[in-house]
Amino acid sequence: MAKQSQGKSLARWLISGPPQLYLLVFFVIPCLIMVLAAFRSPGDYGGLAPLHDADGKLDLSFDNFARLGEDIIYVRIFIKSLLYALITTIVCLLMAYPLATLIAKSSKKYRDFLLLLVILPFWSNFLIRVYAWMIILGPQSALSKAVNAVLGLFGAEPVSLLFSGFAVIVCLVYVHLPFMVLPLYANLEKHDPALLDAAQDLGANGWQRFWRVTFPLSLPGVFAGAALVFIPALGIFAVSDILGGTSGIMIGNVIKQQLLETRDWPFGSVLSICLTAAALLAAGLAAWVARQRREVHA
Amino acid sequence: MPKSMSKRTLLWAIAAAVYAFLYVPLLIVIVYSFNDSRLNAEWVGFTFDWYVKLFHHDEMIEAAGNSLGIALVTSVCSTVLGTMAGFAMHKYKSKVLQILVLTPIAIPEILTGVSLLLFFVMLNMSLGLVSITLAHIAFCIGFVAIVVRSRLAGMDESLTEAARDCGATPWKAFRLVTLPLIMPGVIAGALMAFTLSIDDFVITFFTAGANASTLPLQIYSMVKIAVTPEVNAVSTLLMGLTLLLIVIASKLSPSALRS
Repeated sequence: MAKQSQGKSLARWLISGPPQLYLLVFFVIPCLIMVLAAFRSPGDYGGLAPLHDADGKLDLSFDNFARLGEDIIYVRIFIKSLLYALITTIVCLLMAYPLATLIAKSSKKYRDFLLLLVILPFWSNFLIRVYAWMIILGPQSALSKAVNAVLGLFGAEPVSLLFSGFAVIVCLVYVHLPFMVLPLYANLEKHDPALLDAAQDLGANGWQRFWRVTFPLSLPGVFAGAALVFIPALGIFAVSDILGGTSGIMIGNVIKQQLLETRDWPFGSVLSICLTAAALLAAGLAAWVARQRREVHA
Repeated sequence: MPKSMSKRTLLWAIAAAVYAFLYVPLLIVIVYSFNDSRLNAEWVGFTFDWYVKLFHHDEMIEAAGNSLGIALVTSVCSTVLGTMAGFAMHKYKSKVLQILVLTPIAIPEILTGVSLLLFFVMLNMSLGLVSITLAHIAFCIGFVAIVVRSRLAGMDESLTEAARDCGATPWKAFRLVTLPLIMPGVIAGALMAFTLSIDDFVITFFTAGANASTLPLQIYSMVKIAVTPEVNAVSTLLMGLTLLLIVIASKLSPSALRS
């Protein structure tokens, strides 16, 4: 018996050991190194200064975090990124809700196909989807010409759609939309139509039925979708790098710049940690609100 | 009833607009890849020139070769490790593994890129194809594990138990009963890892160093300089490849794509 349980724990160790070890080495340790780097001093020629200074003492401090407050620009870009991610989340919600409702209400025959149509663009290369907007919003495009023709009628200056905050948000909505549709659909599909019938029998009109029955019930889906859109949108750098120009930069661009161009790794690490903290906070908040709602309704 | 009819029409109209929003940009990329003009502005005439140019573009060919090689190695390694992880998560309900597998998927990608860059440099490892591959395996394991676990969750446990009762060793029961049953999930996971690897930009960008290039990195550097129809052509080919892999994956494991 003892031998058998020994064999079992050996099997368990053999199966879960290798993936655990790999993720420990190539995920956990790198993350710890980054956290540690945030407390170290920048090297004279970029990168990191030695961990021990000339006197052999550990060279760790909160100096890099203090630098966040020294220059208002970082805080400002951070707030702008939060704002972009928030707008993206709201626009995604407004677009995804009717679509998810329609898919959930359509007959089973078409449901899978309509869902697949939502997911399919998500599987094409991310950069291609960003690049597509470069064409659509570019100065040569029909859309740019039309917008500027209309502006011209009112005597306004022509605008550039590309290389702006607008371009960044449109593309952020574009690449994240499926993440909002799927959880919303998963939630809406489970709703019992009898509840709406009951509300109607009690005299609720269509508007009331939506706001007092369907919407409150769909909130877990709304929060799940919001977290799935907000978190990646906040940390993105390719979209703002390609479409944002100088006016549309986000915190991801600053991190990239600190790591690869300025090579100020400690400060880049500080910014990465702040970004992660903001993302985790947003996810925690969404989960907390969802749980509160559930308790109220239970 | 006319009121609810018009509501339904409105819903369909909004849905059609959203679908158009999703597909028109990709269609524009595809259409302009056949356009006989350097500018992505108006339709001039049909041509295959951009595709022909593509095959004479040495950097692009090299980048494509790198991408395929990295994706193949990543797909094999992460499928083996991910299947083990998915199996362990299902069988032993390992909480540690669950956290290890899911966090890399949940946190912003840029964080993984930044920390791996610091890690590789600290090890004095020169950045290039090896560092990219090691990084790709790290983020693909989780996706494979999730697909495999969902396949295992839908499996009838009694089949493995029956094999054990008939005297099969645990390894034999796994190899002859469990593995064939979860095989569609494993293959779907492998294809998923392949696609994720060939598509990845952010993590590759941080772990590539100065000399190695992959297709997304090549597209990025071309797009940063100028918009050319060659990018449309390579994008169209890449979309075709991805679509093909998805069709295969969905045939093998219809539930995998939705998880």
